[in-house]
This record gives sequence, C-alpha cells and structure tokens, in this order.
Amino acid sequence: MGEVALLLFWPALAGYAEAAVAYAGDTVRPGRLVRYAIWGVRLGWLAQTALLVAQAAGADGFPWGSWAGSLNLFVWMCVGVYLIWGCRAPFRLLGLVVMPLAALLLVLAWAAGGVGEPARSEFGDVFLAFHVGLILAAFAGFTLAAALAALYLWQERRLKRRAAGVLRLRAPSLETLDALTVRTIAVALPALTLGIGIGLARLESESAGFDAIMGVTLLTWVVYAAFLVLRLEAGRRGRRAAYLALAGFALVVLVRVVLTPFAHF
Amino acid sequence: MRLVLVGTSYQRAPVELRELLAYDPELRREALGRLSVEGAEAAVLSTCNRTEVYAVDAEPGALEERIYGELAGLSGLSHSELAPALYSVADEAAALHLFRVAAGLDSMVPGEAQILGQVREAYEAARATETTGPILHRLFRQALRVGKRVRTETAIGENPASVSSAAAELAERVFEGLAGRRILLLGAGKTADLTAANLISRGVGEIVVANRSRERAEALARRLGGRAVGLDAVVEEVALADVVVASTSSQGFVLSGAQVERAMKERRGRPIFFIDIAVPRDLDPAINELEDCYLYDIDDLERVVAESVAGRREEAVRAEAIASEEADAFRAWQLSLDVVPAIASLRARAESIRREELERAERRLASLSPSQRRAVEALTSQIVAKLLHQPTVRLKEAAAAADGVLYADAVRHLFGLGDDADSPRQSRQ
Repeated sequence: MGEVALLLFWPALAGYAEAAVAYAGDTVRPGRLVRYAIWGVRLGWLAQTALLVAQAAGADGFPWGSWAGSLNLFVWMCVGVYLIWGCRAPFRLLGLVVMPLAALLLVLAWAAGGVGEPARSEFGDVFLAFHVGLILAAFAGFTLAAALAALYLWQERRLKRRAAGVLRLRAPSLETLDALTVRTIAVALPALTLGIGIGLARLESESAGFDAIMGVTLLTWVVYAAFLVLRLEAGRRGRRAAYLALAGFALVVLVRVVLTPFAHF
Repeated sequence: MRLVLVGTSYQRAPVELRELLAYDPELRREALGRLSVEGAEAAVLSTCNRTEVYAVDAEPGALEERIYGELAGLSGLSHSELAPALYSVADEAAALHLFRVAAGLDSMVPGEAQILGQVREAYEAARATETTGPILHRLFRQALRVGKRVRTETAIGENPASVSSAAAELAERVFEGLAGRRILLLGAGKTADLTAANLISRGVGEIVVANRSRERAEALARRLGGRAVGLDAVVEEVALADVVVASTSSQGFVLSGAQVERAMKERRGRPIFFIDIAVPRDLDPAINELEDCYLYDIDDLERVVAESVAGRREEAVRAEAIASEEADAFRAWQLSLDVVPAIASLRARAESIRREELERAERRLASLSPSQRRAVEALTSQIVAKLLHQPTVRLKEAAAAADGVLYADAVRHLFGLGDDADSPRQSRQ
C-alpha cells in the first residue's frame, strides 16, 4: 500500500503544479488557461484522495500522525475547501495563492516521508485522531481565509491606486471577500476549539506537560476569536480585518512549519 | 444561387447619409417584399450604425442592381451619389462580413453586445415576411452562433466601453452587487442622469438627488423614482449612501475630505464609492486617502475605459479567427449544395429500382406472412442505404473542393440520372 500511495503522489503533485502554472498563465491572458487549471485542481485532488485512502488502508492506527503525514492531510483539506467554491470565475485569483502553496507543501510532505507507508502511529485512539483531524481542518480553513484576506488587500490596493487595468482581471468584490473571510473563520474556529478541547482533555488524563505548540495554538485561537468579535460585534471590517486574519495565519505557519517538526508526541 | 450583400456603415457613410438609409419596421417589411420577387431570399439589417441588405438569387448582377435601386429609392439619392458610400460583396465574403458584424468586430466599440440582438431582429423580421430560404436561414443562424461563440470563448465583451458602465463596474468591485444599494447623486444634469441610468439598470435600491436648485433635483428624482434633498443635507446623506455620483457645475469642491471623514465615523467601516464626473471636480481628492473610501474622477474612469477597449482589441484577434473558421464552414456548406441534387437523384433512383424489383417479385413473395414481408422490405432498404452511404459521404466531401461539381456530373452520367429539378439552392423552403 505504501508503494501505491507513493505512485499516486506524482499525479497529485502534477495536477496541483499544472493548476498553479495555468492560474499564473491566466493572469497574463485571462480566460484561456483557467479550464486547464480547474481540471488540474480536480484531478490532483482526486489522486491525493486515492493516495490518502491507500495510506489509510495500509496503516495501523491513525496514518497521518507524523508531521509529514499531517502536512499531506492538511494539503488535501486546503485544496478540498478551495474546490468547494474557489474554482468559480470571480475567485480564480485565489488559485494563484492556494495552488502553488499546495504543490510546495505536498513536496515538503513527500521529502519528509509523509506520502508513503505511514509510520506506526502513537495516535492509536479515536480521540487523538479527532484531535489532529479537527486542528488540521481548522488550519486548512485559516489558510483559505488568509488567501481571501490577501486577495482582499491586493484588490483594495488596486482600487485605491486607481490602476487603469483594474477591471482586466476578474476578481470578487471587496465585500464578498470580506464576508467569505469571516464565514471561513467562523466555521474553522469551532473546529479548532473542539480540537484544542480534546487535546487538553488528553493532556489532563495523561498528566503530560504544556509545550510551545500548545501555547501558540491557544494564541492562534485567541487571535481568531478576537477577529470574529471585532468583526461581528464591533463592525471592524475591511483592511484591518484582513491584516488580523493574516496575523492569525502567521501563527498557523509558526505551529505547522516551525514548531511541529520538532515536537515529540 | 449567389449570396449578395450591399450596404453601408459608419465607416463609409456620415450620419446624415445613414439617416436617409435607415429602415423602420414598416419600411423594411415593404422593402423585403420588393426584394424577394421571383423566389429570391432577402433580409435587411438596419441599425443606427449600418444598413445592410442580404439577398440570394440566381442572377447576382440583377439582384445587386435591384438592391441599389431599393436603397436609392429609400434615400432619394441617385445611383451615382449613393455608390461611393456602399459596399458590395458576395458569397463567402458576405458571410464573413455578417459573422464579423454579429461578433461585434465591425462595431465602433469592439465586442459591443447590442448588435447581436439587432442581427437576430433582422432575421426574425425576414422570417416573419417569409423572405428567408435555406441560404439565409443557414447564414443568420450561423451568424447568431458566431456572436455567442465569440462572447463565450473570448473576453471581447467583458470589460466596459463607456465611462458610465466603467463607473458601475468599479462599484461592483467594491460591493457584492448593486441591488438594493443607496445612490446619492450630486447635481441634476445630463451626466448624472446617464450614470444613474446605468446604476439603475443594475438594480440599485434608493436614489437621492442633491442639487443647488431644489426644483431640478425634484424633477430628476421624480423621473428616477428617488427623492430630492438640498445640498446642505449632503454630509448626512453621505453617511447613508453606498455610491456617490458627483456632476455639479460648481467651481469648488462640493464635498471636502474633512466632511467625508466625519460621515465615515457613522458608517462602522462600511465602504463607499465616489464617482466624480464633474469638471472642475466636485470631490476633494483627499477623500481617496480615507479608509474604506474609493474615489474615481473623470480622468481615472477614462483611463480605465481606454485600457478596457485596448483589451477588447487584443481579444478581437481571437474573435477574427472564430469568424473566419465559421465563414469557411459556411463556404463548405454552400458548396455542398451543388451536389445535393445529384445525391437526391441517386437515392430516388435506387429507391425506385428497389420498389420495381419488389413489385416484379410480387407473385413469388405472395406466400409470405406480413412479418416476413416486412423483413424483406427492411432488408432491401438496408442494402440500398448501405450501398449509397459511402458515395454520399464522398460526394459531400468532394463538394468542398473545386472539382465537386465534376463528381456530381460523373454520378449523374454513371447512373443515368436526369437534370435536377429540385435543388435547395434553387427553391426556397
């Protein structure tokens, strides 16, 4: 099963990479390459789904317990969330951010051994699988929210600068981007809350210590919770809200890329 | 049978002449009747930018003369006065011309959408007066398809081509649609009216008109279905509006940055879009520096339109390729008409032989049950169909080449077929 999974890695990567290149090409000549980009995303995601299934079939316990394995799952979730509405015409530009990132992280997961035979996991019980799954799903949502916030800032800057070509690339309105960022975070935050809750329960039952990952994850929760309170209660929107969403994402990157590889479970 | 186009457009004729050559629906109906004598096909495309007559007849020279006479009669000008303004093309070139027109490639603004509806209307009018036949049916249906293809497969019609539509599209980059939005018009002149009309067509909710002259504000508000306020109430209205369109004739700023900053405090971060189409400007440029405020003046909008039209011209290259491809397809179809009569005769001959042979064998087949008789009928029909399938396909393929007619003659000679009585190019369906 590990070999099958490794074989499936290449079409998944090829799909994501092709989509990234096609999205970039589409900004030069709008409307010509986007069809190929969307098919790249779909086929790549299907190949990665098959890869994950192959890994799950051959695993003893939770197959994505390692950092590299969880990165693999994280990429799949990000692209999956993107697939739900990201491929629609006004959101094409999001692919410029999401697809190169997906291809890069998938290569990273492969290089670190996260796409082949899963290592025997210490995450044997269902609760831990839920803990990791929920936190990764929340992080995938935050990644997408960050892409939306980045697109908002880019679009806002172009409108402010009154660039002559401001209408040449199809992009969603500022209001749409703002609303979608909020909605994505509003869905992802409960998942993070639940994931943290399960983690804290495990911490208490096993009398384990509090570490940096937990600290930064809690800080991430605080930032996104503050985002929702400011946005929904105080009416803070627009550029400031976008910067706050990006600040939260910086903490996600810190947890996923800097702290997790050195963590011991 | 030849397809002939005679017409004029803004590229050849000034507006004074185009006015003389414009058809209203009644005049067009009468003209179609005159042009379609003796089974000729005819259609007239008449817009503010062009008048074109498409007609099909066996005698192209006489047909062309008839169209010239028709246009001369309409305009009241002599043939020699009219001739320099008219163009005349035939067959494939005429088809290509109509495809380019339907695609918006021959329009003042490349890719403008209105022309496709006008081509459809010309086709419908000709159908209603029963002056279309197989060739014009095919030509206009294909032209409508070309128009749709070009707009689907290229971005030629995507970006705005006027200041008012650019303003509306920019507003839609800020807001999730304009439906239900509140628009504040500063000034009640013609330009405010035009921009408001564009915004209204996109479904804006409420319109407030503010003007120095309360009477003019009320008149415009009544016409647009909004309400009027005095210029002294502008700051309060800015706090509530989503889009502000300024077009007064004031010599100074009607709204300062400080006034808008004050209004923004009440908006809780809701964005606002300002369109300043007045010269001298009505809105302080400092407004654009404020958070959640987006200000475009007339120069900004004209730059956006220029860029957009340039983009349309780039896309026009791809659209031209589509129009050429379709003109080639039309030519191939038109040529295939030359062999259709030969194919029809061949099939008729084969069918008559089959019938004759079945009748001759009637006595021997008399003992067959009804189901066995049906089986014999089906079997013989299948043999005929299979035998003729390949020659039919080959003849149609050969029709597109120069020697297509020779093949048709060879078939007539080999199978002893007579001259064709009913040709699709000779009779109107």
